[in-house]
Amino acid sequence: MIVLALATAILLLLSFFADRGKTLAGLKKGAKMFLNILPAMLGVLILVSVFLYIVPASALTRWLGQGSGWTGIASAALLGSISLIPGFIAFPLGAILVRSGVSYQVIAVFITTLMMVGILTLPLEAKYFGWRVSLLRNALSFAGALLVGLLMGIFL
Amino acid sequence: MNSRAIVMAKKYGFVLLFAAFIALSYIGNFAAGKEIGKNFRVFFMEMILILPLMFILIGLFEVWVPRERIIRHLGAEAGHWGILWVILLAMLQVGPLYAAFPVAALLWRKGCSVRNIFIYLGAFTTLKIPMLTFEVGFLGWKFSLLRALFSFPVFIAIGFLLAADLKGRPFAVKEPE
Repeated sequence: MIVLALATAILLLLSFFADRGKTLAGLKKGAKMFLNILPAMLGVLILVSVFLYIVPASALTRWLGQGSGWTGIASAALLGSISLIPGFIAFPLGAILVRSGVSYQVIAVFITTLMMVGILTLPLEAKYFGWRVSLLRNALSFAGALLVGLLMGIFL
Repeated sequence: MNSRAIVMAKKYGFVLLFAAFIALSYIGNFAAGKEIGKNFRVFFMEMILILPLMFILIGLFEVWVPRERIIRHLGAEAGHWGILWVILLAMLQVGPLYAAFPVAALLWRKGCSVRNIFIYLGAFTTLKIPMLTFEVGFLGWKFSLLRALFSFPVFIAIGFLLAADLKGRPFAVKEPE
């Protein structure tokens, strides 16, 4: 985060000294793109906030903790696909699950689907890629994430 | 001016409604609403810290990087090196998946190939370095290494599959208005 801020500041300064007009035009373009997508992004954040209230991290832990075998994997895949949890919540959650004895396979499937599949962000994704492609990308990612999670379970 | 106000109200109606709901929850001491408001604040902080930086970088990229260069290195004729470049670009980024879409739209405008756009998205979801360091810290290097190793062929395959599917179909990455 700090690295990103520093890099942006340095590039911005370099760009500004190299060509003021070009830099301002770029900033204007960036700001316009940001403002255009802002309402849709706020919408996604609202969905996520409500979702995390209905399904808090403690409930996720409980559900994933109970499951074993194929039911555990299926519920992990489902929860991972729907949830939109940032890494700073998901990884500590995974660590708790490991300690409470949940199989690595279940955790791996949850983490991989969480990363690669985004059902709550679909409306936003569709704005960029269209519904057909977005659904296809998420379906392929779901299959891929499941495969990765299951393979990891063999080695962990 | 008036029609502009209507457009704004339409765009932000959902957000205003939500803001009103949260405000009322605080006044009426409605626990569920307060909890949702708290969640929103966490996600909003994450977004508002990262996205403006991202869009500054996107804007600079837009004016400084010529289209010809992107076509040469990441376009349909660019070959396998293009895959490596988009993966490296994705690894250096931060933020949730929705932060990757505007970058994908930018790459598309500059002439990046369909295959490389989707490989970029795949690498973004699975291989971001800031995320990896965090993952290693909580789940161990073995977990992260295996996940990265297995994800790699998967998202490259998805890029090739989607490119093959979209060949001959009308496709464009749109910029939301």
